[in-house]
Amino acid sequence: MDNTRAPHSPVKELTMIAAEGLVKTFGSRTAVDGISFTVRPGEVLGFLGPNGAGKTTTMRMLAGFVTPTAGHAEICGFSIEEQPVAAKQRLGYLPEGAPAYGEMTPRDFLQFIGDVRGLSSGDFQRLLANVVERLQLGAVLHQPIETLSKGFRRRVGLAQAILHDPPVMILDEPTDGLDPNQKHEVRELIQAMAPGKVIVISTHILEEVDAVCTRAIIIADGRIVADEKPAALIHRSRFHNAVTLRLERSADLLAVASDLRGLGEVRQVEVDEKGFTVTAFPVDGVHILTIIGKLADERRWPVEQIHLEAGRLDEVFRSITTGNSVAGAP
Amino acid sequence: MAVIRSIVRRELRSYFATPLAFVFIVIFLALSGLFTFYLGGFYERGQADLTPFFNFHPWLYLFLVPAIAMRLWAEERKSGSIELLITLPVTLWQAVLGKFLAAWLFIAVALALTFPIWITVNYLGEPDNGVIVAAYIGSLLMAGGFLAIGSCISAANKNQVVAFILTVVVCFLFMLAGFPLVLDFFSGWLPGPLLDAVASLSFLTHYAAISKGVLELRDVLYFLLVIGTWLFATTIVLDLKKAD
Repeated sequence: MDNTRAPHSPVKELTMIAAEGLVKTFGSRTAVDGISFTVRPGEVLGFLGPNGAGKTTTMRMLAGFVTPTAGHAEICGFSIEEQPVAAKQRLGYLPEGAPAYGEMTPRDFLQFIGDVRGLSSGDFQRLLANVVERLQLGAVLHQPIETLSKGFRRRVGLAQAILHDPPVMILDEPTDGLDPNQKHEVRELIQAMAPGKVIVISTHILEEVDAVCTRAIIIADGRIVADEKPAALIHRSRFHNAVTLRLERSADLLAVASDLRGLGEVRQVEVDEKGFTVTAFPVDGVHILTIIGKLADERRWPVEQIHLEAGRLDEVFRSITTGNSVAGAP
Repeated sequence: MAVIRSIVRRELRSYFATPLAFVFIVIFLALSGLFTFYLGGFYERGQADLTPFFNFHPWLYLFLVPAIAMRLWAEERKSGSIELLITLPVTLWQAVLGKFLAAWLFIAVALALTFPIWITVNYLGEPDNGVIVAAYIGSLLMAGGFLAIGSCISAANKNQVVAFILTVVVCFLFMLAGFPLVLDFFSGWLPGPLLDAVASLSFLTHYAAISKGVLELRDVLYFLLVIGTWLFATTIVLDLKKAD
């Protein structure tokens, strides 16, 4: 048993999750191949990656469910292998698929979690009321979990993970199976909890990263291939600062495209004949919106819409995880 | 300790939340009655003791205890709740012991519900109640041994049916370790002292001693050691295979 108190070293307190060279092999297959990172308070870290990239295995190693083949992980300065109980006391973990004991009601289930976590009955009542309200579980509190919808089951799993108000939360696909409204609520919940805490979520919904994360790590084939702020990630898109024109049906797309090609600030032009759009890619670092706007005005192009692209996360994701270059020329 | 208690409480609740508890208890009571009166000849013997009742317990346990034990870990594994349990601030020992104690307690309840037969025999004659108490203790200890074996095998399997069958087979071997059925297999090639060691592992030999009213420390320790060893093996198996 290791009920040691939190270490008082201020340096350690600052890195609430530390992963160092995590490796996991299953037989001859390497699921995670040397992942290292640290997370500091206030960060909401999004784990992205194609299915099978090693997101879940990494999270399981952080939570102490999978034993790493090599490397180690710390939660609030406690090694998950050496001092598992102390580390797990500070961790709220939502496993993939939000498993629970199906025959129990959410109330009994959360009571069990509270008991195991050693919450006093007063604290438990207060914390229970809090999660029930935040996750809107009131209506189903006394129905067996196995009879609940997928959305409710996911929220019961979330309630279990955040019940004890932990400083570190690792949530594997927290919004999977939720409808758009519920997704929105869970994202708001995550943002509300974030100050002073560490939250790691995995997802393959890219907007989610943009919406809630302060930092994104993209994993492919068990390795970290990108570790940046979501905005910086978007800037890696070749669409970043490109200008897209949508034209009326009557327009001569090819003429427009060739006029655009004539501009010195435009590096490349793409035509989408189905969508009646023309996209102009600028020479690095040049803003071309006003230039193109002026040109459209002069030439009287029948423009329906003109907009500046921020960048496309899905395109960045695809090119990073399939190994194509992103920042360079197309 | 508080952690183990909450695990025990949760497990026991889950037994009674499903038909499992009811079915098990009814079948346990029905079969133990059937064996005692029909096969054991409770009345025909004309003796005021519970020997026919306790004689059949090993055979009853051989099939009923693995049925309880098979779900201990295989079900957690199948439903994925094992990931939840192991990532709570719980040591493997606490989890293994908690789940074992809950199942053992449950069997103890079923066993306690056979009390009418004790009342009956006291009504009909004047039995040696000391022997009966000893036999009840021996019976419960033996059930614990079966259960610990089942716990370990359940931890190694995701499939409950496989866990059940393997547990029955291993329990059967342990039960009859002192009998020719098992010993003949070893006698050809195992040296004498080791053969004696195998024979001394027999559940039946130790149980028979206790159920005759001889509650010797040796036999009690034997069962506790069996339980401890298999539970320890359970933690090792879990540690190695928890995420598979």
